[in-house]
Amino acid sequence: MSTGERERDESGSGRTGTFGDYGGQYVPEALMPALQELEDAYERFVLENEDGFMDEFRERMHDFGGRPTPLQRADRLSERYDREIYLKREDLVHGGAHKLNNALGQVLLAKYMGKERIIAETGAGQHGTATAMAAAHLDMPCEIYMGRTDVNRQRPNVYRMRMNGAEVNPVDAGSATLKEAINETMRDWATTVERTHYVIGSVVGPHPFPKMVRDFQSVIGEEIREQVREMAGRLPDSVVACAGGGSNTMGTFHAFVPDCADPRFADDSSGRRPRDDSVNLYAVEAGGSSLEVDEEAGLAPNSATLSTGTDGVLHGAMTKLLQSGDGQIVESHSVSAGLDYAGVGPELSHLVETGRVTPVSVDDDDALNGFHRLSRLEGIIPALESSHALGYLERAAGTAADAASGDGPRDERHDELGELVVVNVSGRGDKDLETVLEETEKRDLEAAPDVEVFDR
Amino acid sequence: MTDDAVDYDSDVEAAIRESRPALITYITAGDPTLEDTKAYVEALDRGGSDLIELGLPFSEPIAEGPTIQAAINRALEAGTTPRGFFELVDELETDAPLLVMTYYNLILQYGSEPDVRPFVERAAEAGLSGIIVPDLPAEEADPLREACDDYGLDLVFIIAPTTEGERLETIMSQVSGFAYVQARLGTTGARANVSTATHDSLARLSGYDVPKAVGFGVSKGDHAAEIVEAGADGVIVGSALVDIIASSDDPADAVAELEATATELKRGARRGATDDTEDDTNAEDAPEPEQP
Ligand SMILES: Cc1ncc(COP(=O)(O)O)c(C=O)c1O
Repeated sequence: MSTGERERDESGSGRTGTFGDYGGQYVPEALMPALQELEDAYERFVLENEDGFMDEFRERMHDFGGRPTPLQRADRLSERYDREIYLKREDLVHGGAHKLNNALGQVLLAKYMGKERIIAETGAGQHGTATAMAAAHLDMPCEIYMGRTDVNRQRPNVYRMRMNGAEVNPVDAGSATLKEAINETMRDWATTVERTHYVIGSVVGPHPFPKMVRDFQSVIGEEIREQVREMAGRLPDSVVACAGGGSNTMGTFHAFVPDCADPRFADDSSGRRPRDDSVNLYAVEAGGSSLEVDEEAGLAPNSATLSTGTDGVLHGAMTKLLQSGDGQIVESHSVSAGLDYAGVGPELSHLVETGRVTPVSVDDDDALNGFHRLSRLEGIIPALESSHALGYLERAAGTAADAASGDGPRDERHDELGELVVVNVSGRGDKDLETVLEETEKRDLEAAPDVEVFDR
Repeated sequence: MTDDAVDYDSDVEAAIRESRPALITYITAGDPTLEDTKAYVEALDRGGSDLIELGLPFSEPIAEGPTIQAAINRALEAGTTPRGFFELVDELETDAPLLVMTYYNLILQYGSEPDVRPFVERAAEAGLSGIIVPDLPAEEADPLREACDDYGLDLVFIIAPTTEGERLETIMSQVSGFAYVQARLGTTGARANVSTATHDSLARLSGYDVPKAVGFGVSKGDHAAEIVEAGADGVIVGSALVDIIASSDDPADAVAELEATATELKRGARRGATDDTEDDTNAEDAPEPEQP
């Protein structure tokens, strides 16, 4: 490296801020000093707890954020799938999603760094909401960029951001979703970088964001470890989380990555050993309406980047992308705004490439069924993003009734999923009710209630 | 920089040193079509450009302001591809050396798998003299720099107002062609005045014996004069020229206006070098600058 002491790759490739072939810092020169400043602050405050940063962060996550969140045994799902199903209730974090774990961490860090202004992008609006809340809580001015399509489908969150005093700037370019919002936030940052911190909302972007966001989110998996040991006396066979950019995914998985028979994933510092009985990690992506890409139209009717993407550089990092053969980024699609993104975190790309994480996908219909099923069976209305993880459960496990009648599981991974499964419910679905009603009316969904009774 | 870097004659550096003060012009290839671009490049060449940058459009142009972003969208809608771009460059015969300005992902994807070499090889074959990549900082540039060295192309680095201290030294020691001095923080786009950041940046760079050209916001002869007077060896003008293309109904009008504007900008740059005020007459002919 040409610029002094820099952190080494976590998987030993020797490049800075990378995970195997993925990661890096592909940004305009104007932003490079800010990334160095952030890397320095991340190492001092987050990794070394300088000035008691992490103590203050944990205390605020407890008092303001409502942590720890419960790990709940889902009785009726357990019965349905004839195995133990536990739900990690990130929908109960203040603001209604895991996003606050990261937003509060970064806004607090910006404060420790002496920054004066916060900007962020948002897809589902959950990250924007969390950032606006954290900024209000810590008394920082805040501006949020959001694609026009997402403004229209996630109105409750737009109101909430405004209520908390944030400016919301709609972005009209392209398909006006998360990708375009990130472009616009980067432009703002390149103009105001000296006094502004950009709170990236997922484990994406240039180093050190993917690591730092993962660290703020890793509380999810750490709590699960402790809670599941207490409740079931052992580690789960499988952990399932939805993946957009991948922040709830990495937050849920990080503590379990070493629990793998492959010695490459053993983490000596934690004192854990590679185990024969691995914890399987499933990243559930949005299959949208189809996994095919229409190159001509520059459009993927899905956002299943880990399953179908190819390597390239987007938004500051080398990772897996939905792109054309020429390297133009294609528009993605998902019924859930928070998964509707053509990229994914570089660490997840690496974990998929090396076989530690298994990427799977469910389509819009399965996700909507997952939404209705959890609402009906467990009294929890999940975010459409999280509904993908729940949709996968149905696909992989099938129902106990199916199994009894000999129809068997609908996915060959039945046995791999195992007897004890934790699903991360990354957020609650209040923000999605309009979309769910609209999309449910168009379809014949097995798990849906009669939505025609709603007077719209 | 690799030790075994090949020594080659830099067309880019020569063009700036010989023509000092140099005029460097930018337009987006394929805006509104590649056929029009050919005529526009020739007009910029006749108008006295000493170097011409051709933008190869990428769908996520995070370093561009609204003007060039819109040009890129027009070019992509017209079906501009890297292959079509190189075919255009194959046909161009200009006095000014040509550089390609594009984003890293397009360079990586040109071959059958992610690798920078096929792009650089094709760029050299088409006669391009250098490459500018706004989302590739020096820290990530080794693979591309090595390929450029092998094929005798310059890889131009951008110096931002925030580039200081050790990073500045490292980058300046690796400059090839010229140092692209970003006049102000933010994205591309014509501005009404020259930023004080320009003067600070040029002052910081005054000890380095490499050609320095200033871009981001330059739109008229007076700016060019002021920038050259502040110590730049060249000025880079993009959005003001893209504005001409965007607002012309007839490509023939755009051709005439591009040539006239280039002439005017070059005159402004010369005025800054000689501090000669007799040339002042045309200063107000420049297009209305876009307000940030
Ligand atoms: C509830 C919820 N889950 C998941 C996501 C997807 O993001 P990530 O993959 O970073 O967890 C979002 C994004 O907005 C969200 O709101």
